[in-house]
Amino acid sequence: MEITIPAIDNRPAGFRAVLAEFWAYFSENRGAVAGLIFFVVIILIALFADLIAPHGPNVQYRDALLQPPFWQVGGDFRFLLGTDATGRDMLSRLIYGARYSLFIGCIVVSLSLVVGIVLGLMAGFFRGKVDTFIMRIMDVVIAFPSLLLALVLVAILGPSLINAMIAIAIVQQPHYVRLTRAAVMTVMTKDYVTAARVIGVRSPRLMFVTILPNCMAPLIVQAALSFSTAILDAAALGFLGMGAQPPTPEWGTMLAEAREFILRAWWVVTFPGVAILTTVLAINLMGDGLRDALDPKLKRS
Amino acid sequence: MLVYFLRKLGVIIPTFFGVTLIAFVFIRLLPGDPVLLLAGERGMSEQRHAELMAQFGFDKPVIVQYGVYLKQLFSGDFGTSIITKKPVLEEFATLFPATIELSLCAIILAVLFGLPAGMIAATKRGSIFDHTVMTGALTGYSMPIFWWGLLLIILFSGVLGWTPVSGRISLLYYFEPVTGFMLIDSLLSGQQGAFASALSHLILPAIVLGTIPLAVIARQTRSAMLEVLSEDYVRTARAKGLSPARVIGLHALRNALIPVITVIGLQIGVLFAGAILTETIFSWPGIGKWMVDSIFRRDYSAVQGGLLLIAVIVMFVNLVVDLLYGLINPQIRHTD
Repeated sequence: MEITIPAIDNRPAGFRAVLAEFWAYFSENRGAVAGLIFFVVIILIALFADLIAPHGPNVQYRDALLQPPFWQVGGDFRFLLGTDATGRDMLSRLIYGARYSLFIGCIVVSLSLVVGIVLGLMAGFFRGKVDTFIMRIMDVVIAFPSLLLALVLVAILGPSLINAMIAIAIVQQPHYVRLTRAAVMTVMTKDYVTAARVIGVRSPRLMFVTILPNCMAPLIVQAALSFSTAILDAAALGFLGMGAQPPTPEWGTMLAEAREFILRAWWVVTFPGVAILTTVLAINLMGDGLRDALDPKLKRS
Repeated sequence: MLVYFLRKLGVIIPTFFGVTLIAFVFIRLLPGDPVLLLAGERGMSEQRHAELMAQFGFDKPVIVQYGVYLKQLFSGDFGTSIITKKPVLEEFATLFPATIELSLCAIILAVLFGLPAGMIAATKRGSIFDHTVMTGALTGYSMPIFWWGLLLIILFSGVLGWTPVSGRISLLYYFEPVTGFMLIDSLLSGQQGAFASALSHLILPAIVLGTIPLAVIARQTRSAMLEVLSEDYVRTARAKGLSPARVIGLHALRNALIPVITVIGLQIGVLFAGAILTETIFSWPGIGKWMVDSIFRRDYSAVQGGLLLIAVIVMFVNLVVDLLYGLINPQIRHTD
């Protein structure tokens, strides 16, 4: 079963049908729905961090350094998940941290998606020298272990959250280019593309209006999966001191600051990691559901 | 097969030059004077600066500089570390066995647990075991491994006191490296307790580094197995009255292994990326920690050499995997 937009312009109805079919498949997968719900909760937390967080992310309570969570001896309800070494509320920092992770995911995915689509479309559409040139560059990028290349790129650009995002977007680029190119090459053999060509549709319109919408399924899946990779890689860079810089409440950076207290205060190490893991897990669950619902090959098998 | 090999080679050679170009450009893109970066000397005189400029070849046109750089590479000169003043290749070679030892143990763990887990999950599709394995695999796949390492340290080193926190072997033992692999060297040294010490240092990092490959292998084995189990020849084997163990172990597994082997091979890049984090957490003296340390010490000459060497190794391993894949699966040779 392939999703094709009919040539006659009854798009609203067609689009709604596609969406309904997609939801029918997606909602069959309980894990995916759970992932989606959790993801929406994270988005809400990030949006309303100012309202939800009991304290400011960088407010230091000098009377409560490394205070344990409320259920442990020495903890109280003022700081539900305890405080870190400078007396900042863990819960509030985690809540504000959700903003950074979602922001990183959005920026990285949009950057690599847009550039990847353009390059992949060009490679798959024009073939020949353009194709060879683009794909050889992508081969080079992919030859490096992703985190290593990102680290080196950040070393060049200087350690900061923005530069970490740029580096991760560059590292993820080849996957989008390869996927788009492969999808474009399949779509190019279809009769409706030939038909459009015969009517005299010009190249840019052919590329973006006729071909691209029919290549979106694998790209959407990849976007979901690389959203989680982006969060993981940015946290790793933050952890190594090459991403967001202290006192930013980014989860990876929080872990880096917490490292020296690992054997004394388990909560400063545990909670940021739980936040990263659950967020990434929710997105991956969602991504799996998206793939099953959108991938024509796996459907009904 | 030869055509297939040549085609692969035709792709890898331009990639190799691309990789050298990246390493070459890297040092010139860094903010600051490349001569100062490479020499690592402070407060040098004008004359010394000009001298070094000529020595490193920065006074020549860029294209000539690249030619010189390539020539040096092919004669085995990957630069000299600014901090230790030793050749980068030599440093790399001394640290590399530690990374290989760790990566090998990680991948062995991953295959040892991932393969059977994926197989059983596939044969008992929909069971509680299947759901548990798949949930576990997705969790492992989503794991921030640097945090996972810290958690294991808290549990096994902090609470239980079973394993040491860092390094490759206890300071009580000393012997000259023979193979570079601590597990083998400790056995060769004949010192009592040395092997146990090396093993206790290795186990946590190996688990941490093996987590993501384990998850990927389990998922891949399951889906490959499911695909094969629905094939006609498996039904025929069953119809002939072969025991389920024989059908699964012999007929199905052999064919399901083909994509799994590729996935295992492709984990090498993942292992290197993981080694950067794992080695940093456990102070494991391998390539990953060395690269991170070099970046922080601004030893850009070491970073440049290491970057290139790692990329070349990953490319080489991927080429070997591709060729092996072509060897065991003739279909792939004849399609693109």
